[in-house]
Amino acid sequence: MSDTEQTPAVPAQAPAPAVETVDQREPLLEVDHVTLRFGGVVALNDVDFTLYKGEILGLIGPNGAGKTTCFNAMTGIYQPTEGQIRFRGEKISGKKRHQITRMGMARTFQNIRLFPEMTALENVQVGADAHHKTSVISALLRLPRHWKEEREGREKAERLLEFVGIRSRMHEFARNLSYGEQRRLEIARALATDPVLLCLDEPAAGFNPAEKEELLQLIRQIRDTGVTVLLIEHDMRLVMGVTDRIVVLEFGKKIAEGLPAEVRDNPKVIAAYLGVPDDAA
Amino acid sequence: MTTTIDPPERRETAVDKLRNGREAISERWHHAPRWVRWVLLVAVIAFFYALPNKEFYQYLGPIPTPGANFTQVMFTVSIYVLLAVGLNIVVGFAGLLDLGYFGFFAVGAYTVAVLTSPSSDIKTLWPWLLVVPIAIALTMVSGVMLGTPTLRLRGDYLALVTLGFAEMIRIAAVSSEFLKGQRGFNQIPHPPGQYADGRPVFGVLDARPYYWLVLTLIILVVIGVRNLTHSRVGRAWISIREDEDAAQLMGVPTFKFKLWAFASGAAIAGLAGALFAGKQNFVNSQNFELLNSIIILAAVIFGGSGNIVGAIVGGGLVAYMIERFRGIELFGVELYEYRFLFFGLVLVVMMIFRPQGLIPNRRRAAEFKDRRKEVIVGE
Repeated sequence: MSDTEQTPAVPAQAPAPAVETVDQREPLLEVDHVTLRFGGVVALNDVDFTLYKGEILGLIGPNGAGKTTCFNAMTGIYQPTEGQIRFRGEKISGKKRHQITRMGMARTFQNIRLFPEMTALENVQVGADAHHKTSVISALLRLPRHWKEEREGREKAERLLEFVGIRSRMHEFARNLSYGEQRRLEIARALATDPVLLCLDEPAAGFNPAEKEELLQLIRQIRDTGVTVLLIEHDMRLVMGVTDRIVVLEFGKKIAEGLPAEVRDNPKVIAAYLGVPDDAA
Repeated sequence: MTTTIDPPERRETAVDKLRNGREAISERWHHAPRWVRWVLLVAVIAFFYALPNKEFYQYLGPIPTPGANFTQVMFTVSIYVLLAVGLNIVVGFAGLLDLGYFGFFAVGAYTVAVLTSPSSDIKTLWPWLLVVPIAIALTMVSGVMLGTPTLRLRGDYLALVTLGFAEMIRIAAVSSEFLKGQRGFNQIPHPPGQYADGRPVFGVLDARPYYWLVLTLIILVVIGVRNLTHSRVGRAWISIREDEDAAQLMGVPTFKFKLWAFASGAAIAGLAGALFAGKQNFVNSQNFELLNSIIILAAVIFGGSGNIVGAIVGGGLVAYMIERFRGIELFGVELYEYRFLFFGLVLVVMMIFRPQGLIPNRRRAAEFKDRRKEVIVGE
């Protein structure tokens, strides 16, 4: 039970300039010819793309295209059958989930998965705890480290709740928040782990157009703080509006990659979306 | 997402009053000024220190037990309270269903017995006080040994394995030559200490000093547990209980913290076992029936899982209720024989009227309240 897992040397998140041009092309996450089979089902077939630092990449595709599977492989939930995934140059497979989080990858869930019986503030504090070291001894004896980290975590949590706009609800139990507030809380909790890469799994699901617009603003603000964003989304308009580049999956295969405008006009993509390039909700 | 709306106005029934009663008390408690809370707390603690004195409890009407020495009963009750506080960490906070918690109590008691008793094969005859930390450490080790392979399992599997563990300990106690089975270990030394006139503080006849010792340790343990639950450790435990996958992905080293929950719970049970052995003077295989594990689990759920005060009240009430039946005759039948029947009835009634336990954690209370609203919406 020793504190064996050491935090990998994550440089304190550089306050990277907002307009770090994609041209520099510093790869952050490399999906290297990944194939993933479940028995006879090929969920991902030789998927290959790279996510560069500072960009917002959209991962889109029709239902069942393998978006979430791809996402789960990237966050270490599934091990690729073939190929590998590298995050900041290191192989993901074989790493424990909490280690991947500490390396700087955070995510939200398609179906919200907060800790319902904890307050909004506590939910975010759990995220902030990812880099804390207080364990049973320091907590039991109330050593200085406990107080220091507790104060830090609390301040960070309040700041992030302010950032996503639900600070006034911080003492409310997560289960009692509205749907939109819960989605925001998930983002705040993920940001509390100090991610370099934030993966959002259909963050706009169930939102009305006004809420979607607010979400777009929020995603841009997050990018402007230097966090790279991977966005899985169904709503084409949202994806077109916010992403720098787009990768399109269909039946587990990558069928297109490029700038939003290129992807929109790609006949394969149009075909995949049943001839409706803009399935505007 | 279920929508919850306020239920339509309706007349408050007796059942509602019963349900709302505690919420009102809890509200008042949480809004009371700090000094009021301290005064009340000190008063309650003083009451329990005074309780085993005959000069005090003879005025308490039906509270003292007619069929058993009340001081002895209070000692048993205090041991159960200590166990409930420990199990509450595992079940209430970390959400790990442990059906074999009493096994750790047995490990603590047997460690003391083997290392101190003259009937033990190894005849180390060490003093009690020296052995207590060893007993706690060994119990923690056994918790870690049991936890390392099993905490990778979830839910039902964990319950089965822990159940098996308690049975293993019991059967080892019954049939192993080294653990002396039914014959057991005798002359286990008492805790040290003498009065000015040379009489030992912890003797055979008077159970009060043992009770006071356990009560004091309960207070220390509760402070420790509170420190843990109001920290990163407690947040990690609750997040694991709430959604283990999400907790992992938010950077919680879940396995490590589950192991810590197991080890902390085990340590408290080991302490309780050591105290029990030091008081009883005698340990044999009959002390560790499986039923005890179930009773403690029921006590934690009865009191309100995930709430320290709930666990204390639950452990205390359940242990007391069982003893209270001793010596009461109704239609020529000794009620004590039917104690578990009544216990079962009380549990059923509880599950109908207060499924969240007597004093639930505030979060769970909120949840059940919501659910009631939802039910009303569905009507």
